[in-house]
Amino acid sequence: MNPELSGILVSFAITLLIGIPLGKYLAKMFAGEKVWTDFMKPIENGIYKLSGISPNQPMDWKQFLKAMMVINSLWLVYGFFVLMYQDKLPLNPDGNPGMTPDLAFNTIISFVANCNLQHYSGETGATYLIQHFIFMFLQFTSAATGIACAVAVFKALRDKTTADVGNFWVYFVKSITRLLLPLSVVVALILTFNGTPASYAGKDKFISLQGDTVNVSRGPAAQFIAIKHLGTNGGGWFGANSAHPLENPNYVTNITEVVAQMIVPMAMILAFGYFIRRKKLGWVIFGVMAVGMFMLMIPTISSELGGNPAIAKMGVSQATGAMEGKEVRIGPMATAYWSTLTTIVSTGSVNGMHDSTMPLTGLWQLLGMMINSFFGGCGVGILNYLIYLIIAVFISGLMVGRTPEFMGHKVEAREVKIAALITLLSPFLILAGTAISSYVFNNYGSANWAVKPSSWLNNPGYHGFSEMLYENTSANANNGSGFEGLGDNNIFWNVITGLEILIGRFLPIIGPVAIAGLLAKKKFVPESAGTLKIDTVTFGIMTFAVIMVLNALSYFPALALGPIAEYFSMLK
Amino acid sequence: MKTLIQSIRLTIVLTVLLCIIYPVVISFAGKFSKGKGNGETITLNGKIVGYANEGQKFDKPQYFWSRPSAVGYNAAGSAGSNKGPSNPDYLKEVNSRIDTLLKYHPYLKRSDIPADMVTASGSGLDPDISPAGAQIQVKRVAQFRKLDEQKVAVLVKEHTEKPLFGPEKVNVLKLNVALDELK
Repeated sequence: MNPELSGILVSFAITLLIGIPLGKYLAKMFAGEKVWTDFMKPIENGIYKLSGISPNQPMDWKQFLKAMMVINSLWLVYGFFVLMYQDKLPLNPDGNPGMTPDLAFNTIISFVANCNLQHYSGETGATYLIQHFIFMFLQFTSAATGIACAVAVFKALRDKTTADVGNFWVYFVKSITRLLLPLSVVVALILTFNGTPASYAGKDKFISLQGDTVNVSRGPAAQFIAIKHLGTNGGGWFGANSAHPLENPNYVTNITEVVAQMIVPMAMILAFGYFIRRKKLGWVIFGVMAVGMFMLMIPTISSELGGNPAIAKMGVSQATGAMEGKEVRIGPMATAYWSTLTTIVSTGSVNGMHDSTMPLTGLWQLLGMMINSFFGGCGVGILNYLIYLIIAVFISGLMVGRTPEFMGHKVEAREVKIAALITLLSPFLILAGTAISSYVFNNYGSANWAVKPSSWLNNPGYHGFSEMLYENTSANANNGSGFEGLGDNNIFWNVITGLEILIGRFLPIIGPVAIAGLLAKKKFVPESAGTLKIDTVTFGIMTFAVIMVLNALSYFPALALGPIAEYFSMLK
Repeated sequence: MKTLIQSIRLTIVLTVLLCIIYPVVISFAGKFSKGKGNGETITLNGKIVGYANEGQKFDKPQYFWSRPSAVGYNAAGSAGSNKGPSNPDYLKEVNSRIDTLLKYHPYLKRSDIPADMVTASGSGLDPDISPAGAQIQVKRVAQFRKLDEQKVAVLVKEHTEKPLFGPEKVNVLKLNVALDELK
């Protein structure tokens, strides 16, 4: 078999082999049942003690969200100031400068929100202290925040009638000690033994064979890259992210990183089914997501392998596929595979530059981020899907003329209103953001910002519009990848995407937790013959249709102006 | 207020665990890896001439060339060109790269040239080229160095890595070091 094809098949097989048992483990572990990692208990108890937390205290959904919001706000404020004054702090062997206030604003939100959109470049824009004490710290804690909130929803939906959704601190700490940290150790070791630097040494200098003097950026990157993938964060140690040959030195590390970013989102879906004791529902959701994933992945791979039609006309051989922005050791197929996964699970790390991918590839990347729940980010993927589920339950209920029920509770106006608002939030942020960007680009081209709007775009025409659409979409989806040609380090993009990330992160977490908390308090209605069965293939298809219709209606016009128009313009 | 104090204390405790203990342990383990956790280097005659995994600029006629780079192989930074597939300026640039290649390799047809030799990599530091990218340069390198073409071709073959999974590739720096060691 073609070694590139077998490469991605092996990647996917390993993902399933790890993801499925991990899902069962997570369900048991969060439910407090006996698991083999119970040897971590003394460490966790130590953490609770040192932090003054009583792990057995129950929380209702409001107390739970309060704890989540307080600690996240703390990181926002503390991180903002550390970023601005990073040049005056230790661990800065390369002498990197402090961040401007607007860049610090954008960057801290981006990392607190698990987005990792980067308007700086790792080599020159962040010190080792920042990379570890702020960025890597937040890569752990933002993933754990998402997972903790998902588990609260699991518990609310499992118990028949309860006000207690569980203790935020416990879910949060266990997400780190029982999941993210142990896996990070494994992944970081694989990376460092394959050539990713892990020491604290600064830049190196040597004279090349041809006699050029070359400076080489290095640093303790392996530790960072491990959690960047496991936590679906995606921020690169180096500017070129996982396309960088030290960040992703060979095909083994490529498989490791692409597997690492999929396993937790995949496991969380199955964990949901096991936790609420509706195994079949977990698998139905898993199936819907997998179908969605393949629907985006297969055309992506085919469009990249086909190569660039404009370069084909020049007569050179594109035997391996489109090569602009790609690395030889990874190849177009594994880059296309990665680009689908990184956009659906909200990692946003890249092993090839998305800005240079084919127009239709860009379309699938955008759509993956717009839907944002085919597996989705750590914890937040299932929360986003829950919103679609509520809408699907509501629509199905209307079709048969019954009061919709979900997990033994009546879904009433309040819950549906929350779900509808969250559904409308993404198109509002993405489309309004893109409209404002286009307006500023067209009318205030010479505004005196760090990058003038007239020189924002790296590419003319439809592709330039796609660059702005992509940036807004990535911010709202908390994805963090970019069409990196965009000149984004200036006050406009730093502020607008900062706000989009912040709103696009916290409302879609608060909404589902509130819905689950409200449902759990209601009277339990036992299932009857008239109950809509949600763990069936039929209802899975219904949910899939809801997802497709909502997203097609919201985004088709914008997509038609960007990637679709570019595609047709290249057919000539 | 109580929640805020809990948050501050938890942040401090986790900072010690995640930002000091975890990375220092990995960094220590890295000392036992090939490059001692600093990145693997390559030496020629006892001098470090580069990093095994990082590409460097090769554009002189006596060497196998590396791929075009958006950052000129400056490894203190990294980036792709971020040029879109339909960008007319970009397409002109690709065309002029083809012309340059044809000028230095007059024996080539356009269809002999693999796309990786005329497109910029994602990182700007791609250490590899495709086997086809190396093969088309054999004749030029051999002629310039007054070596037997067959001998250079064998060298390329020896340096063509065929991993179990993933594409075939040739590490340009390793190939050129071997070339310099031939004499």
